[in-house]
Amino acid sequence: MNMILPTASISATPNGTTRPQVRIVIVGHVDHGKSTLVGRLLHETGSLPDGKLEMLKAVSARRGMPFEWSFLLDALQTERDQGITIDTTQIRFRTRSRDVVLIDAPGHAEFLRNMITGASQADGAVLIIDALEGVRDQTRRHGYLLHLLGVKQVAVVVNKMDRVDFSAIRFKEISDEISAHLIGLGVTPSAVIPISARDGDGVAEHTPRIGWYSGPSVVEALDALEPARPLAQLPLRLPAQAIYKFDDRRIIAGRIESGSLKAGDEIVIMPAGKIARIKTVESWPVTPVDGPQTAGRSVGITLDRELFIERGDIIGHPGQSPRDTRRIRARIFWLHDKPLTKGEQILIRLGTRESRATVVAIEKAIDPGALSNEENAAIARNHVGEIDISLAQPVATDPYTENPRTGRLVIEVNGRIAGGGLVLSVDAGRPAVPVDIVPVESALRPDERSARYRHNGAVIWLTGLPGSGKSTLARALERRLFGNGGSPILLDGDTLRAGLNGDLGFSPQDRAENIRRLAEVATHLARNGHIAIVAAVSPSAADRAAARRIADSAFREIYVATPAEVCETRDPKGHYAKARSGALQGFTGIANDYQPPTGNELTIDTSNRSVADATDEIERMLARTGIVFDELTDLAANI
Amino acid sequence: MDHLDELEAQSIYILREAFARLKKLALLWSLGKDSNVMIWLARKAFFGRVPFPALHVDTGKKFPEMYAFRDHFGKEWDLDLRVEPCPPIDSVDPTLPPAARSAARKTEGLKLALVKHGFDGLIAGIRRDEEATRAKERVFSPRAVEGGWDVRDQPPEFWDHFNASPPQGAHLRIHPILHWTEADIWAYTKRENIPIIPLYLARDGKRYRSLGDADITFPVASTASNIDEILTELDGTKIPERAGRALDHETEDAFERLRVAGYL
Repeated sequence: MNMILPTASISATPNGTTRPQVRIVIVGHVDHGKSTLVGRLLHETGSLPDGKLEMLKAVSARRGMPFEWSFLLDALQTERDQGITIDTTQIRFRTRSRDVVLIDAPGHAEFLRNMITGASQADGAVLIIDALEGVRDQTRRHGYLLHLLGVKQVAVVVNKMDRVDFSAIRFKEISDEISAHLIGLGVTPSAVIPISARDGDGVAEHTPRIGWYSGPSVVEALDALEPARPLAQLPLRLPAQAIYKFDDRRIIAGRIESGSLKAGDEIVIMPAGKIARIKTVESWPVTPVDGPQTAGRSVGITLDRELFIERGDIIGHPGQSPRDTRRIRARIFWLHDKPLTKGEQILIRLGTRESRATVVAIEKAIDPGALSNEENAAIARNHVGEIDISLAQPVATDPYTENPRTGRLVIEVNGRIAGGGLVLSVDAGRPAVPVDIVPVESALRPDERSARYRHNGAVIWLTGLPGSGKSTLARALERRLFGNGGSPILLDGDTLRAGLNGDLGFSPQDRAENIRRLAEVATHLARNGHIAIVAAVSPSAADRAAARRIADSAFREIYVATPAEVCETRDPKGHYAKARSGALQGFTGIANDYQPPTGNELTIDTSNRSVADATDEIERMLARTGIVFDELTDLAANI
Repeated sequence: MDHLDELEAQSIYILREAFARLKKLALLWSLGKDSNVMIWLARKAFFGRVPFPALHVDTGKKFPEMYAFRDHFGKEWDLDLRVEPCPPIDSVDPTLPPAARSAARKTEGLKLALVKHGFDGLIAGIRRDEEATRAKERVFSPRAVEGGWDVRDQPPEFWDHFNASPPQGAHLRIHPILHWTEADIWAYTKRENIPIIPLYLARDGKRYRSLGDADITFPVASTASNIDEILTELDGTKIPERAGRALDHETEDAFERLRVAGYL
């Protein structure tokens, strides 16, 4: 095999990958010279590849233009033709002490979303201002957005000083104005530097033309910016990305956003407040791993007990956990064409959790360019504001000031990010201190139960229109399984509504909650080795999907697909008759809001087959999918 | 955490997001140094098992060493390997320059594979530092139904929140190693002992820095015969990585045209 497997004996990496790396975004009004400054920085630090300068000269000449630095980054034809940067780009160079990743962000108002895309990844920023034009709307807007994105280190450069004859007075005017603006926002500029990016004054060196200026050059200012602060000192936040069961391990995968964890730690899973202990920290190719894992690492952990955890839950340490809430106040920027209005339904993403939400109030709406307050009815495109959001389900989060990683959110409209911002405060709907729930484990092992019952635990979910035959089939299956020595338990939707779910009505929210409780109870029974047979109309595909997530691999869905007209002729509970006469509102059979399943394990139409025949088929499915054990008769036949 | 740990953790996060949020994923395996690192990262992300197919869109014109590598490690790494052929040269845009036209076959092959398998997400090992239009990419980059990239209308993407809902019939490109550099790839390959194709190491004063089709990829002058020497060479060089890729240099916009049309 002509393959190379490097050996570990090679000496340490000779290149400087251990140098600190800072990520700098360059922002400012269109045409104030961002791309030119970037080109000049690369040139001055000797970072241009061979042939690039010649290529740029040729490109400029072909267009009949004087030499243009910006062509270096404005790689796209459209950008070169129109002389603007459309999208953010990233390029690297080195200063004496560090590696710099430069993020060039477009200044054009049209492309503000790209500026934010670039700036959200930065440790620091360079805000550029044209000496002749001075502070413009877009300059102020970018200053505001840097503040909103949490970029605290900002160096200001006043470019095109050649166009104002290197006037120290003009420089001071601009310096005072922008400093006042930034300080008003809570950002103190680390330097204000006069430069001419085209000619190189002030970029890497002080030239005589700015002899009156004694501060740092741009390169020196970049050298002084600090890499992002480590998040390891903050309390643990591990948002669950997924739960993997590729083998017999049940691994919770996610990235530690802050703090650290190790095997043996007691943890709390929010928003539910369930307590467990980390059994192992799993890895590949070597597993498990010892020692603490800190912020920034993508890890996998297993727990000492089986708890229901799903994507979006946040793991913390007890006493230092995030809050759970259904109400958030946030400061956001809005990028969508259509203004954000009060009452609007949106989708928000907080870490790995997504939740439907309603905009309860718009408390402020500001054009950050003009810095004018607007009517509080809506937040227009490229404007910012403060809003109050009510969430459809509880989420775990932190105020931004307490944890910058978990205290920020984005808003999605039609599957596309339309805005984002910071969590200002959370109104904890339940106690912020987690309830110390410690589930007590059964004294019996699953295999002890399955040896007796000859089946594994399961949730058999029968869904279908009223009158389709769910309860009849459920009862027949219960009798059959019991007859075989098994332990079936019937959970009929209507029966549970008489007690456990007596507080619930028939609104979509209440129906969802009804299904959730059914699924929780059924799953508890399944975990203890029983076969829970649920018979419930459960018309919403989303609610059934939620039930499947709860019961997980124990879930078997049977669609009782009896045609609606057959169901109505049966009408065992008289519901169809009542609904037809108007005495029963929101009845599924008549209202036709039933969403048939896809991906269910079995479909049965009871209009054309006997109950015994249908029960046989269910039993076969249960054997095929590993719930009921095959009979021993085959073995006996071989003896 | 050192620099390589940070790169690794971020890539794993991206891979897991893609797996959590898309239904039908595939990972594009071009057999080169970058996609090998990517597969390695996927095995880390999913604890040794790559839970989606590895797709090799095969022009039929790769180096023999690349095919040998694919067949060996496809098995050893237990990949669900899908090899899809590319249509003949006369099926692609005739106005493209010759090498670009040759490369465009890969775009067409990719489109056919997308239709055949119905993937809604393709994980690709491109990096920002390779090429100027790649530098403008998103981590989750939407493609039109025809595979095209609309660089004027890329969705906002910030704080590791990605747009993961492709329009009906369209797909997303996911770029888990967009933030890596060529030197990072080599340093990580060495640290993790990831196998490589020997064409990357110098023989008779030449080596390949980037591997594509055999007829349009050329070696560069080099004496680097192991990874340490490659890293030392990269530290000093000003020769761009894709200097040996003919298709990049035919016209000013050849590569951009390819990418807008759906090339990687």
